[in-house]
Amino acid sequence: MAKKKTIRTIPQERTPMPEQDAQRRAHNFEEVACGYPIEAALNEAERCLLCPDEPCIAGCPVNIDIPGFIQKITEKNLRGAYDIITATNLLPAICGRVCPQENQCEGVCTVGDTLEPVAIGRLERFIGDAAIAEGWVNIPYIEPSGFKIGIVGSGPAGMACAADMAKAGCDVTVFEAFHQAGGVLKYGIPDFRLPNEVIDAEIANLMKLGVKFECNTLVGRLFTIEQMLDELSFQAVFVGTGAGYPSMLGVAGDSLNGVLSANELLTRCNLMRAKEFPDYDTPLPPAKRVAVVGAGNTAMDAMRVSLRLGAEKVYCIYRRSRTECPARAEEVHHAEDEGVEFHWHTNPVGNLDDGKGNVRGMRCIRMELGEPDDSGRRRPVPVPGSEFDFECDLVVYAIGTNANPIMGQTSSLKLNKWGYIETGENLATSVAGVFAGGDIVTGAATVIEAMGAGRKAAASMKAYLGIRATSVADLVGAASTGKLFGIDVKERNFARIRAA
Amino acid sequence: MQTIESKAETRTNAPSTFEIVTRKDFSDVTYLLEVRHPLMAKAAKPGQFVIVMLNEHGERIPLTIADFDRVKGTITLVIQAVGKTTKEMQLACQVGTRLYGMVGPMGIPSPISHAKKVVCVGGGLGVAPVFPQARAFKDAGAYVIGVVGFRNKDLVFWDDKFRACCDEFIICTDDGSTGIKGLVTEGIKQAIAKHSDIDEVVAIGPPIMMKGCAETTRPHNIKTMVSLNPLMVDGTGMCGGCRVKIGGQVKFACVDGPDFDGHKVDFDDLMTRLRRFTEQEKMALDRWLETCRMMNLPASSPASPVEPKPKGPRKAANSPARKS
Repeated sequence: MAKKKTIRTIPQERTPMPEQDAQRRAHNFEEVACGYPIEAALNEAERCLLCPDEPCIAGCPVNIDIPGFIQKITEKNLRGAYDIITATNLLPAICGRVCPQENQCEGVCTVGDTLEPVAIGRLERFIGDAAIAEGWVNIPYIEPSGFKIGIVGSGPAGMACAADMAKAGCDVTVFEAFHQAGGVLKYGIPDFRLPNEVIDAEIANLMKLGVKFECNTLVGRLFTIEQMLDELSFQAVFVGTGAGYPSMLGVAGDSLNGVLSANELLTRCNLMRAKEFPDYDTPLPPAKRVAVVGAGNTAMDAMRVSLRLGAEKVYCIYRRSRTECPARAEEVHHAEDEGVEFHWHTNPVGNLDDGKGNVRGMRCIRMELGEPDDSGRRRPVPVPGSEFDFECDLVVYAIGTNANPIMGQTSSLKLNKWGYIETGENLATSVAGVFAGGDIVTGAATVIEAMGAGRKAAASMKAYLGIRATSVADLVGAASTGKLFGIDVKERNFARIRAA
Repeated sequence: MQTIESKAETRTNAPSTFEIVTRKDFSDVTYLLEVRHPLMAKAAKPGQFVIVMLNEHGERIPLTIADFDRVKGTITLVIQAVGKTTKEMQLACQVGTRLYGMVGPMGIPSPISHAKKVVCVGGGLGVAPVFPQARAFKDAGAYVIGVVGFRNKDLVFWDDKFRACCDEFIICTDDGSTGIKGLVTEGIKQAIAKHSDIDEVVAIGPPIMMKGCAETTRPHNIKTMVSLNPLMVDGTGMCGGCRVKIGGQVKFACVDGPDFDGHKVDFDDLMTRLRRFTEQEKMALDRWLETCRMMNLPASSPASPVEPKPKGPRKAANSPARKS
């Protein structure tokens, strides 16, 4: 190994990511962050200390061997880096873009104690993009196990589970209700954050592993989970249907035309390509002034999509302050740069009717922080007499989702009191052979958490079916998930063996 | 028949190719498509719907399942050519062609109650989807009174199917050219006058007609179920575009319905929400008709695109293609 790096010898500044100019990008759907060129990636990779603690691995929901792949980048061995990442994560181009790294790997990075943390996400994306450009794909030799696995939902949880089960030699079929695979990655996350080509490339990789995708299939209604197990002879089923039953505010004028959920706006725009109307048949109402209620990542996406669709003014309405806003800091920052107006401590009271059933504006009230509630957080309370009206012709609710009812209506899976699927620690549901993970278990969360759940469910599924970890990929995976031969990674003192 | 079915048995989760196996034209705007989808034909129940995409650029449109044939493995849809997509389908969907996508059966199946005497009401296009319900009630042992409404005698379809499963059958036409003159509400009134023991009314059709039916039965306090048809995108409860007001509560027609208690439905809200995209719909239609005109395609032709001259005089209903 080269001379040991120290916090003083590494590049002090985080390597900036080239971005499209805010004024220009606010009017196109091209990707905002353009990705690292090779020099930038090499420079940033040098910033990793390769510290022995490796807190980043534990900080990653799928436990990627982060120092390992970064070291490969410094050695200019990009293929090697790709091999390390794909041992645990088949979708680096996606995760590098959409993971909230500041709360995960980058949040615990040792360099981050003194300087800005290593830009792990950007490096991961760099490798993912290189793999797509070069057409790399890692297909290990797979011994067929003879098991048939059904996966409900082709979003991040389903894709991650499918990948692991396919690698374990199972015959995997993924069912998707929409006409295209990808789930929330396709309908939810806009092109400027995650281009559809990237998703399609990652799906193509899964197909090369032998995973079959069947779209236009609404599990529950076309056939039930129980039918999958008996009539369709799947030995195990993973349910990753996502949450998605959008909440409405419950104020006056909720049903006015021009009031819609962020899910509807995003689906129309991203999946159905309403942005290309009338070349594509799905319309969206043209809007000059858009008010988006909520300040999560979905709200940021909705606002930035509205700008790109031609809105002149986009307002963010949020009842708490910027510090409590659940969106990633980077997303808020991007939205601000592009010209979104943020109205913190503001809560909608009602939507105003133009007399013809269309929304013409919104009535809001100012909020202030009141007494701490049971959770210790100070609750926002309305300031009496502070109502005010403003004009807008589109109102978008991005205030979260509830559990989708289809699984509950059509199967005997046990649900919790909020309607989400109840699972044990190993993500097994109340029906033998059926596992569940992602938003349909936890409620709305992040893409990488869903992927983590998909992988965890796959591990449980393998245990349930009695599939033992035999492939090289599994052993490497086990090494970075912490336990190889039952020895914790922290305690091990043997050299890492790389199986050829 | 046997071979198709057995093939479907062995390859139960083989993807359907959504092939159109039958087409019938009831009028110059109403047409029937029978689409092969053995799995869906097995699963479908009365009251459910599908979402169809004609092509990759198309929109997702919800259509109520008008019939299903478990033996043939087909789903029947009856479609009215009113907008761009439905007109384009009228032109493109010939026997042997395929839809880009069809997903379903969606929605909660209609609860076929233990009602002893039921009136099944269909208005215009709603005549088709109410048929499986009438048949299901008949199979469940109910006394079924069918009431269907059309503008005139020429538009009547499926009267034979209804007569086969209804104990009484009333046709209403706007001009009185067949059956009784008047709206379906007249037919309901007639049925109520004759039978004092009607347990349930099921009404499917345009919102204004279902509203009329609900108002007709309200004074008699007869349970009235209606099937709502708001605009949808995904049909799986994910977007909320199809939300309707039921007794003051917000419900999603795609997963909480599509059947609701007609006495609780806010029909005015539904009708306003159906007009959400009027402007864009008109723009898309005009643009498409213009393209048809330039390519010399018969924009409103039934049956076959190579026979642009349909029999009988026909209104050139806002179709510039006719002039060329």
